[in-house]
Amino acid sequence: MKKSRWTLVLSLVLVLSMFLSACGGGGSNGGNGNSGGDDGGSESAKQELNLTDSAEIPSMDTTQATDTTSFKAMNQVFEGLYRLDKNNEPTLGVAAEEPQVEEKDGETVYTFTLREDAKWSDGSQVTAEDFIYAWHKALHPDTLSPYASMFGTAGIKNGNAIVTEGDPLYGKVEELGAKAVDEKTLEITIEKETPYFKSLLTFATFYPQPKAFAEEQADKYALEADTMLYNGPFVFSEWNHGEGWNYKKNTEYWDADVVSLENISVKVVQDVATAVNLYETGKIDRAGLSSDFVDQFKDREDFNTILEPTMFFLRMNQENEALANKNVRKALFLAYDRDGLVNVLLNNGSIAAKYFVPSDFVSGPNGDDFRKFAPEGFHADMGEEEAKEAWKTGLEEIGKDSVELEFLTTDSELASKIAEYAKEQYESKLDGLTLTINKQPWKQFLELEDSGDFDISTGGWGPDYPDPMTFLYMFETDGAYNRMAYSSEKYDELVSNAKNETDPAKRWEMMQEAEKVLMEEDIAIVPTYQRGLAILQKDYVQNYYVHPFGADASYKWIKIEGK
Amino acid sequence: MGRYIGGRVVSMVITFLIIASLTFFLMKLLPGTPFNNQEKLSDAQIVQLNEKYGLNDPVAVQYFNYMTNLLTGDLGVSFQQDGRQVSTIISERIGPSAYLGFQSLLVGTILGLFLGIIAALRHNSFWDYGTMVIAVLGISIPSFVIAGLMQYWLGVKWQLLPVAYWDGFAYTIMPTIAIASIVVATIARFMRTEMLEVLGQDYIVTAKAKGLSSTAVVIRHTIRNASIPIITIMGPLVVGLMTGTLVIERIFVIPGLGEKFVNSILTNDFPIIMGTTLFFSFLFILVILLVDILYGIVDPRIRLAGGKE
Repeated sequence: MKKSRWTLVLSLVLVLSMFLSACGGGGSNGGNGNSGGDDGGSESAKQELNLTDSAEIPSMDTTQATDTTSFKAMNQVFEGLYRLDKNNEPTLGVAAEEPQVEEKDGETVYTFTLREDAKWSDGSQVTAEDFIYAWHKALHPDTLSPYASMFGTAGIKNGNAIVTEGDPLYGKVEELGAKAVDEKTLEITIEKETPYFKSLLTFATFYPQPKAFAEEQADKYALEADTMLYNGPFVFSEWNHGEGWNYKKNTEYWDADVVSLENISVKVVQDVATAVNLYETGKIDRAGLSSDFVDQFKDREDFNTILEPTMFFLRMNQENEALANKNVRKALFLAYDRDGLVNVLLNNGSIAAKYFVPSDFVSGPNGDDFRKFAPEGFHADMGEEEAKEAWKTGLEEIGKDSVELEFLTTDSELASKIAEYAKEQYESKLDGLTLTINKQPWKQFLELEDSGDFDISTGGWGPDYPDPMTFLYMFETDGAYNRMAYSSEKYDELVSNAKNETDPAKRWEMMQEAEKVLMEEDIAIVPTYQRGLAILQKDYVQNYYVHPFGADASYKWIKIEGK
Repeated sequence: MGRYIGGRVVSMVITFLIIASLTFFLMKLLPGTPFNNQEKLSDAQIVQLNEKYGLNDPVAVQYFNYMTNLLTGDLGVSFQQDGRQVSTIISERIGPSAYLGFQSLLVGTILGLFLGIIAALRHNSFWDYGTMVIAVLGISIPSFVIAGLMQYWLGVKWQLLPVAYWDGFAYTIMPTIAIASIVVATIARFMRTEMLEVLGQDYIVTAKAKGLSSTAVVIRHTIRNASIPIITIMGPLVVGLMTGTLVIERIFVIPGLGEKFVNSILTNDFPIIMGTTLFFSFLFILVILLVDILYGIVDPRIRLAGGKE
């Protein structure tokens, strides 16, 4: 009792002192960032890393996950035939060597030999059967993976047919072009070659699952740290749902010698300010920043920005009479000041984009970045003047002197700011245009967009696989992600030809041509920016590799040096 | 009293069932699917997934299934946290929320009563004004502002307390202060007003005239009579603490239930929406009952059960 009285007095004093200091304090923040933590600087720094994530892990079942948090965690504790290296190239994982490739009856057969020393964390062998088990599970209607379409994307035989309802092969998972020849030999039959087949195999949907163990755990498999087995560089030592999870080094991992980190702790921290405060007190080693924190930190050495291959753009619904007019769309494309958006509003390393396939994403057959073609994007030399002109012509063509459009967006703080920005941009530059902003919660937004119930809507898209097609296929006529009644025979033909073209160089050209049709000729969408990510990272954290697709990051090669 | 409580329990069960049904149907009006990456699922996949989770059945059938499961104590499994039982999720999350809520309520109430009593007894003095300044600040400054300021000054600048996480008593201090501030402010103001009113009553004059010491007058006659309205506001305060700690949980990274509650609505995680709503309603109904019973104890004039002795 006495103790709690004192706690009360203490609390009161604390509250009071806080108010007083809050009133009296000047702007004395900033300063240097190396407060807190031990400043040992010893050579054998503790190989421990403290991180945060903004969400819980929804699922550790490789066939069921759909979100970045899960994929990132899986990349540390599981491993497929390949994994992404620091250059985002597939490097050998469970596969012992590059596969033997044979042509058989017009199909290509890849034969993989698995490593002798690829083990699950209980010491048992990772077998070809474990791969087949997981893949069949992903495709079976009862346990269907939201990413089941990946098998078709990879070109694996019957991958599409098995998940297509009404197809004679629907649900017949044993018809998949993948089989376990023996314990260490996995044979994959490809019906359609793609340049990104090996990269796709680094994706969680293609990981193995320990068949015997998973069957024994049944519906408890992968729900807790002790109901799964691991074959990656790390294992979960703890998984406290809602609070966070801890990794420790996997001693059974075949490449354990190159793994430096002993322990990694990840806590779920949703509030950016909290993450920054934790970083400043040395509790975490890396923190993502929102735009409002960038100015405070951008001159510090531990500040960095990463360009992500995620594109943001405006859909223009061509069901709308005005938006069906190309000059009106051109005016909207040109009148938008992207520099103001990325430099002032976003301020986090995002870059202005007048293109749709992102920069620093994929390289073509000749090794050049896709964006090297039209690096500035499209209509790059035109600006406000041309916008006004196009607007005038457009209005004349549709015979109106004013247009009202609904601008559909989501209800997040950032989306609201961007919507206000767009409204201001457009209404001040295009006479007679009125934008009405319609903010909706995410799910409602998707519903309205999907049913075409909008004039202009804000879109965002990140890649599912390392190829421009993951962006370009969206706008095929009646495509599931088109949603804006855009239809161009020329575009459809280019995209469909590129899908079937086997010559990589020709295919690349077709996709560049398709982007040109979409953006330059048809002006179907208004691209706005390519997203950047501002982060703080302690200088003693080395080799933290981030990836543009699949799992966000790899911890396998991280080292703590000079802490 | 027994008969009164029995009657109340029956009406509680009915209220509970009505809440369950209403929540169920309102929830079904939410647009979109409960699936995680809806924007990347094809229509055919959505149909298949709906089938898998029984979401293609008519709403009436789904309602019937849900209520039957509910009566057997089965709250279902989460969509967002693949396959985990709703009851498990609630039970692992409720600990920190309950601890924090209870500690804040305790600290806030005691401190609030203390300040309110002092202010009334030292009416128009420095203590009175000081208390009222604190009360006004506590009510007008939102808890997340207090939380943010504390985190920056006590956590980062002076490094007196841990910035965040949930790992022992030291970690509970800042969140408790942030949440308790509103409780302190509310109760201090009410207590002061009530005390002042009671102190002016004839029976206080009588008690003093009888020769009772002023301590006895304050404790036995004033505080007891002044605390009836406090019990009235305790109900809403407790409920506010149950649901209103979300922001604080977020700022201090406390693995509580508030975050789940809000997130489930944003992501259409139907079983979690139902589970948390029913859980909170249950607590709410229980608190109301407790408050009503407390009335009778504090003030015998308030008859609960039709005057039967």
